[in-house]
Amino acid sequence: MPTVDVDISTRRIISLLMENSPGALSRVVGLFSQRGYNIETLTVAPTDDVTLSRLTLITLCDDQTIEQITKQLNKLVDVVKLVDLTEGEHIERELMLIKVRASGEAREEIKRTADIFRAQIVDVTSSLYTIQLIGTQQKIDAFIEAVKGSNVIEVVRSGVSGIARGEKVLAL
Amino acid sequence: MLKDQDKSPSSGAEHAKSTNLTEVNGDVEMLSGGDMVARALEEEGVEFIFGYPGGAVLHIYDALHRHSSVPHILVRHEQAATHAADGYARSTGKTGVVLVTSGPGATNAITGIATAYMDSIPMVVISGQVQSHLIGEDAFQETDMIGISRPIVKHSFLVKRTEDIPRIIKTAFYLAASGRPGPVVVDIPKDITAPAYKAPFDYPAEVSLRSYAPAEKGHSGQIRKAVELLLRAKKPMIYAGGGVIQGNASAALTDLVRHLNFPITNTLMGLGAYPGSDRQFVGMLGMHGTYEANNAMHESDVILAVGARFDDRVTNTISKFCPQATIIHIDVDPASISKTVISHLPIVGPARPVLEEMLSQIKDIEAQPGIANRVDADAIAKWWATIDGWRQKHGLYTQNRFDDSSENIKPQEVVQLLHELTDGKAFVTSDVGQHQMFAAQYYLFDQPRQWINSGGLGTMGFGLPAAMGVKLAHPDAIVACVTGEGSIQMCIQELSTCKQYNLPVLIVNLNNGYLGMVKQWQDMQYESRYSQSVYQDSLPDFIKLAEAYGHVGIKITDKKQLREQMQTAIDTSREQVVFVDVYVDPHEHVYPMQIAPDGAMNDMYLSKTERS
Ligand SMILES: Cc1ncc(C[n+]2csc(CCOP(=O)(O)OP(=O)(O)O)c2C)c(N)n1
Ligand SMILES: [Mg+2]
Repeated sequence: MPTVDVDISTRRIISLLMENSPGALSRVVGLFSQRGYNIETLTVAPTDDVTLSRLTLITLCDDQTIEQITKQLNKLVDVVKLVDLTEGEHIERELMLIKVRASGEAREEIKRTADIFRAQIVDVTSSLYTIQLIGTQQKIDAFIEAVKGSNVIEVVRSGVSGIARGEKVLAL
Repeated sequence: MLKDQDKSPSSGAEHAKSTNLTEVNGDVEMLSGGDMVARALEEEGVEFIFGYPGGAVLHIYDALHRHSSVPHILVRHEQAATHAADGYARSTGKTGVVLVTSGPGATNAITGIATAYMDSIPMVVISGQVQSHLIGEDAFQETDMIGISRPIVKHSFLVKRTEDIPRIIKTAFYLAASGRPGPVVVDIPKDITAPAYKAPFDYPAEVSLRSYAPAEKGHSGQIRKAVELLLRAKKPMIYAGGGVIQGNASAALTDLVRHLNFPITNTLMGLGAYPGSDRQFVGMLGMHGTYEANNAMHESDVILAVGARFDDRVTNTISKFCPQATIIHIDVDPASISKTVISHLPIVGPARPVLEEMLSQIKDIEAQPGIANRVDADAIAKWWATIDGWRQKHGLYTQNRFDDSSENIKPQEVVQLLHELTDGKAFVTSDVGQHQMFAAQYYLFDQPRQWINSGGLGTMGFGLPAAMGVKLAHPDAIVACVTGEGSIQMCIQELSTCKQYNLPVLIVNLNNGYLGMVKQWQDMQYESRYSQSVYQDSLPDFIKLAEAYGHVGIKITDKKQLREQMQTAIDTSREQVVFVDVYVDPHEHVYPMQIAPDGAMNDMYLSKTERS
């Protein structure tokens, strides 16, 4: 009998330290597809300790699923430590590079919008601006919304990175 | 040919040194990668390698030939190598070892790796890979083994340098057997094992990984809370699975269960974890579980789950699962807890130390004065009366629920007879289908590791190769493979391996002429439309087939001769492989059978005409 799914998904930021070894990333990503979990964004890079990579991902899921996700991730031999940043106070940032058509009157308008958002114009041609913006996902969404009319040509988002506020750390 | 080889692990060094291929550089031996693999397996005390050669592993095979003390079993298909290593592992608790070549060798091993993964069986699979510089070029017999096996291994390694072989193999064995066991793949490119390049071989005594620390004991506070729940229970159930067997916790479990006088049920994977012929054992639970086990689960107020994972073949509809029960769940793998059914009291830890601590805490409490801290004996007595009522009404062991007066041989009675004639002491492997369920229901296993079957993946073809692995480890025991004419044909070629290594296993083919379990579902859900479950007179003459491989075939069609012929078969299987082809009632169904979808634990068909 078909049942109606009530969507009680919440947004979770999982941040983890894993061995910086070949195959580690594919095991994390594979786990998500294999078990039907969702990934909204994913970012990964080595840390100051080159043997470790820090991976941050955003997933939308309910409470029972997040428990399974964290357990299954912890079970991966390559995963050293893990935190659900959304469980506490945290800082999250995403970087966007966006190329927009900027000619005529729009040119000034876009410049003003960029200033309001404290975005930086990092490359210029006679008809284009390439703008860099760092902020929360919401802020970046809002900026895209604000410049939408003026012909967005290309959007590159880094995915969210995050860190806990205060004394809490995710380190060895 | 195995007998004249020295299998003691310590002899390896001697063998290696006796060849001129070893150079000693200072104190450290210099070995080629191929020799390192052979030596590492000796260092691990490996008793058997199950494998099949091919281009990418030729250096390793040459090393084995030159000086390894570890016997190698040449199977006839790589799937069988994994199942045989698996049977060896299940029956001994040691890690099974497989060696296959790249490409098709590796892919053929996949089914067996998945089988071991689903049942948490310790296994190390060494696969050859094309030369490092060819990886990614679609080279001959190249396949991304790490990628293909990723979702069905506990962990895997691609070896990049000869120097890494000792550490990686050591780690692979450690990972395979510790925590929740499972298969580990070590993929080695051919150039890494080449004889020309030698590197220091210094086998690590131990490994520790910063990212891996399986629990070694349970949390005492959690155990204490569990004990309180158990002592207060009025309708308790103990539900034990394969984790008890893998965790060598059967004795601890048995002590606890006897001390408490609680009823216990085992999963398909847990059979033998508690003695099957004991009064307190209420039979297997789940889809084909007993009436008494499924009812007792459904009515229980406290469930102690140990090393079991609330599989869908156990729970039936999750939302209707055991509505009154408070659930205590012991598992070494935290991810198994609250995965399907939410557990009220999780205890992460290996079954044995947790169960031992539980019993000792119970005894401590009982030693204190006052009766408040005792099991409620009256309630438990009442509970047993209820359970005994279920047993009398529809239980599998109070009387035969199948028509034993029929002229047809019933598959159930073949298993009963096998049990009787082997004193309940045989190792029994099985395949997948009705025969598997009859074996599970009617061969009452008193010992852990006696029942060897693919529970999680349900792999047809598992039984015969698994029996080979069991027989190698237990040459003096009777090893019976209870199978069906469908399943046995999936790895029938292993009759040849049995010949080469003289592995006299007893094959009991419950020949119903159908893919019986498929047919049963088609009878029950598809108005007996037998879509592709019939072979239409194409079955081979199994007797001639057995004989062609140099074995003995015994055909049983007459119920009156069943006992005598089975006895002959068992006696003959002391020396030779015996293939017993028993013609059983083609229309028998396995009961009880839980009603799905939407049924609860205790909603069951009890026969073709009765429901619970
Ligand atoms: C490799 C594989 N393919 C398909 C199945 C699905 N399946 C489960 S039981 C069964 C029938 C088995 O027939 P047989 O071995 O004759 O046993 P029976 O049920 O007749 O006792 C099939 C096809 C399976 N479990 N494994
Ligand atoms: Mg059949």
